[in-house]
Amino acid sequence: MPYWVEIIINFAFAWISAVGFALIINVPHRALVLCGFSGTAGWMVYWWGIQLGLGRLGSNLLGALLIGILGGVFARIKKCPVTVFNIPGIVPLVPGVPAYQAVRALVDGQLSDAEDLLLRVAIVTIAIAMGFLLAQLVVEVFFKIRRNRKNKKNFV
Amino acid sequence: MNQEEMESQYVAEVLDTCLKAGRLMIQGGSEMYRVEDTMRRIAFNAGVKGARCFTTPTGIFMSLGPHSYTQLTQIKDRNINLELVDRVNSLSRDFAAKKITLNELQKKLQALSESTPNFPIWLQIFGATILSCTLMVLFMNDYDWIDFPAAALVGGVGYGVYLAIKKYTNIRFLAELVTAIFMGVLTIGLCKIFPKLLVDNILIGALMTLVPGVAFTNALRDLFGGDILSGIVRGTEALFTAIALGGGIGIAIKLLWGIL
Repeated sequence: MPYWVEIIINFAFAWISAVGFALIINVPHRALVLCGFSGTAGWMVYWWGIQLGLGRLGSNLLGALLIGILGGVFARIKKCPVTVFNIPGIVPLVPGVPAYQAVRALVDGQLSDAEDLLLRVAIVTIAIAMGFLLAQLVVEVFFKIRRNRKNKKNFV
Repeated sequence: MNQEEMESQYVAEVLDTCLKAGRLMIQGGSEMYRVEDTMRRIAFNAGVKGARCFTTPTGIFMSLGPHSYTQLTQIKDRNINLELVDRVNSLSRDFAAKKITLNELQKKLQALSESTPNFPIWLQIFGATILSCTLMVLFMNDYDWIDFPAAALVGGVGYGVYLAIKKYTNIRFLAELVTAIFMGVLTIGLCKIFPKLLVDNILIGALMTLVPGVAFTNALRDLFGGDILSGIVRGTEALFTAIALGGGIGIAIKLLWGIL
């Protein structure tokens, strides 16, 4: 399969899956399309991050960071809470595969394998949460600086 | 005396409105700091200064500073319903902009809690269908198109079963457990009929409709944000959901894979 087809598939499928999850959790209608783009952006960063060798933690962190920043911007555009964009956005990043494999390993009685996998789930989840925290910081600082600048202009 | 009575009635109304807004937001899965912020803002815009509130995912306490009133409300069911959060948020904005009065706000919140606007069920099941097949392809990263329709089928039907069970029982985690067993049985049956399918791929896709990964991330964010109590409660809830799902899949695989 040529590389550009892979890119298109990943791009489209990340959008579809984020919108699918948005339908399940009852996102406001006006936010549906942008939710999908949140998911796409996060997944593409993760996908390219893995290919560049940033590792699971780094890629997930960067993906969540981008989703969080986009969420903050979209929230100001659409006047929605930030969670509306963040929750569907991280669905492609959620560590579903290691979680499932851990359960399979537990069922098969391979406890040490299961331990490894569960630890991986924990690390990925923490990376995503940290990405969101950093994104919140970035968005707040950015909008605060912009507001200060505007105020100064009005002042002068 | 009369003035005092009127004031106490007004304060009770403010408290009731704030608690209702907070309860709806927590039921919709909002972050804690946003819930507290909204409640305090409604109280402030209603002209009550120095409101204090203490929010946990299972109940909210609120007192209004100079008036010696405290009320609490219980929260029984929590899931993710972002339309609810958004509606309460915009109502609070309208109230802050003086577009609606306190009385109207109270009535609208009441109406919202009685009938939450939802996507129609077929659309939710459609969402589950497209979610499970596309995520399966993204996660497995080997573009196997054989499992694609099977994952869509199991995800969609499984989510339909989940909604149906949830309608009939109020016991927490039971719906997840039964749905996981059902998905496992359905997948194993499909794989026995069409031996080229892979059980693991189909189940990973289908289960993503129910996996509490998002709830875990939210809980961790609450923890990192300093809301220790709500983070722990939400994390525990997510953990039990995961255990119910994993247990259901385990039961299905362990019992059926050998027999069939």
